[in-house]
Amino acid sequence: MARAASPRRKFLTTLAAWAVALVIFFPVLWMILTSFKTEASAVAMPPEFLSADWTFENYETVWSRSDYPRFFWNSVVISVGSTLLGLAIAIPAAWAMAFVPGKRTKDLLMWMLSTKMMPAVAVMIPLYLVFQRTGLFDTKLGLVLALMLMNLPIIIWMLYTYFKEIPGEILEAARMDGASLWNEIVYVLTPMALPGIASTMLLNIILAWNEAFWTIVLTTTKAAPLSAFIASFSAPQGLFYAKLSAASAMAILPILILGWFSQKQLVRGLTFGAVK
Amino acid sequence: MKISHRALLGATVSLTLAGAALAETTITVATVNNGDMVRMQGLMDDFNAKHPDIKVEWVTLEENVLRQNVTTDIATGGGQYDVITIGTYEVPIWGKQGWLTSLNDLPAEYDVDDLLPAIRGGLTVDGNLYAAPFYGESSMVMYRKDLMEAAGLTMPDAPTWADIEKAAAAMTNRDAEINGVCLRGKAGWGENMAFLTAMSNSFGARWFDENWNPQFDQPEWKATLDFYLNLMNNYGPAGASNNGFNENLTLFQQGKCGMWIDATVAASFVTGKDSTVADKVGFALAPDNGLGKRGNWLWAWSLAIPSSSDAQDAAKTFIDWATNKDYLALVASKEGWANVPPGTRTSLYSNEEYAKVPFAKMTLDSINSADPTNPTVKPVPYVGVQFVAIPEFQGLGTTVGEIFSAALAGQKTADQALAEAQAAVTDEMKAAGYIQ
Repeated sequence: MARAASPRRKFLTTLAAWAVALVIFFPVLWMILTSFKTEASAVAMPPEFLSADWTFENYETVWSRSDYPRFFWNSVVISVGSTLLGLAIAIPAAWAMAFVPGKRTKDLLMWMLSTKMMPAVAVMIPLYLVFQRTGLFDTKLGLVLALMLMNLPIIIWMLYTYFKEIPGEILEAARMDGASLWNEIVYVLTPMALPGIASTMLLNIILAWNEAFWTIVLTTTKAAPLSAFIASFSAPQGLFYAKLSAASAMAILPILILGWFSQKQLVRGLTFGAVK
Repeated sequence: MKISHRALLGATVSLTLAGAALAETTITVATVNNGDMVRMQGLMDDFNAKHPDIKVEWVTLEENVLRQNVTTDIATGGGQYDVITIGTYEVPIWGKQGWLTSLNDLPAEYDVDDLLPAIRGGLTVDGNLYAAPFYGESSMVMYRKDLMEAAGLTMPDAPTWADIEKAAAAMTNRDAEINGVCLRGKAGWGENMAFLTAMSNSFGARWFDENWNPQFDQPEWKATLDFYLNLMNNYGPAGASNNGFNENLTLFQQGKCGMWIDATVAASFVTGKDSTVADKVGFALAPDNGLGKRGNWLWAWSLAIPSSSDAQDAAKTFIDWATNKDYLALVASKEGWANVPPGTRTSLYSNEEYAKVPFAKMTLDSINSADPTNPTVKPVPYVGVQFVAIPEFQGLGTTVGEIFSAALAGQKTADQALAEAQAAVTDEMKAAGYIQ
């Protein structure tokens, strides 16, 4: 029988967890506080944790100067679209690697992961030219494809890890009962791996939402998402931190809410199979 | 009812002509987020009323991101942008490459001769005006009149570096958190190196000799860096190696700088509503050392048309609207003369109303005292006051900027920094084929 933790130990552990959580969350908290300060208060030295002049002016300015709904909609389409397309490709790929591995499966997985180690800027010009010449530049479809390709190795790796936790005998039993490959993946594998698929999906939506290199390089006006919206509030001359913070808060709020409501699913998926 | 063929034909032709008349050309304008550009976006109703056939879409980006995106697009002939916001550094390089469309054919009413000669010169290559200035700036001394008075000093209109050092010493009061002088220290070709390169001109230094040999091993650069480091270490703010334009602006607005030598556009900020010292600020020309060159720079954010744009006429119409005299009058009528984009037209400075703006005259004098085609005491093979207009300069300037910033942070001596700069620039210039 496991020994119960002492109250003192429990208290210290909880305190440490809160301290770590606060350190991680502090930049976001600071950004939100700054977004309600005046520009002068935002850059005051020593820093003002709680400003004397709270204001909504930054939000009003940001809202009036930009077409926020358009940027927001572009972000939704790009992040959800790239994730769904990625899953459609990754589920069969991860199934094959997990249940019908070949001699080179491990090498293939490592090779896919190695593409993530390449700096994005190294392929900027070739990809830029491809997008220009195929008409994909500044289109949502183009960004869906770009972000899907960028995140595909992570999606496949995550799904592969989850699928490996599912006993192959169950799929074998389904096959013996006459299930086709399609039925096996859709009706047997997918429901069993649903927590893993859901957490993969959520994580990739977050990654795609926050992507700020390709989404700025490959767009101008029509498909620019919230990353471009934020970038437009940085100023070379003049104070801008408060307005930039307001723009950033508006950009991360939707994904923060999504993460908050789906945290149980995320944790469940990320710890899937960790404790047997 | 029967409709004749002739009537049908007539209706078709009429509809086609009407459609053509209503056809809209869309242009994409890439720009940075600064007060003047934001103001222009707010005044687009005027442009739309005058040119209903042109629709303008804006791409506003952070300066370095804009530079990267526009360079990529223009170098690959992408044609994604029809009007781009570029600085005086890019214009000579891109103009020579044939990446920009000449603006020599702007209408006579545009009055190109009204552009300030120094600004126009910086945007012209081989007789072709490749960009129209939207606003221009130089650098100057902004100082606290009250602190100078309390110290029993008077700031000359055209001070020397010795005057600056004397004033900095007199105004520094560490107990009251007042630093005698605030200067750029943050690394970057457009940050500390813009200031130091302009400053070095007044000490007789230069980046390269006539044969592109780096000159950081010469006594003029040593005098420049020694003076800068001593001034900042004795009278500058703590952590100055992290301070760029915005950090120094904040310090000055909070009353923590006796002097600040920086862009003339800062004058409207330090006298604006966010400044706690708005009514105590005086202005003077950037300092010199009696060698015939002052330590001020010249910069203009300008509008240009990439040669890859397929909406050249509409783009030219937009640039004409955004940079002509009527636009200045439009801004003045809506937002007052103090908010008119400065530093582009001679006529603005002969306007009686604009002359009442406290920093107007000093801005004009500063711009006029900079000469991008003859920036240094000794001859040089390049154009540019606070930069060298060659493609390699962005990298070189940032590398040297990091070395000098480290010296300001106390991580190396002036001699070590200069030796490193000389070695780094020599290597790069050899690699680029300028020298053997």
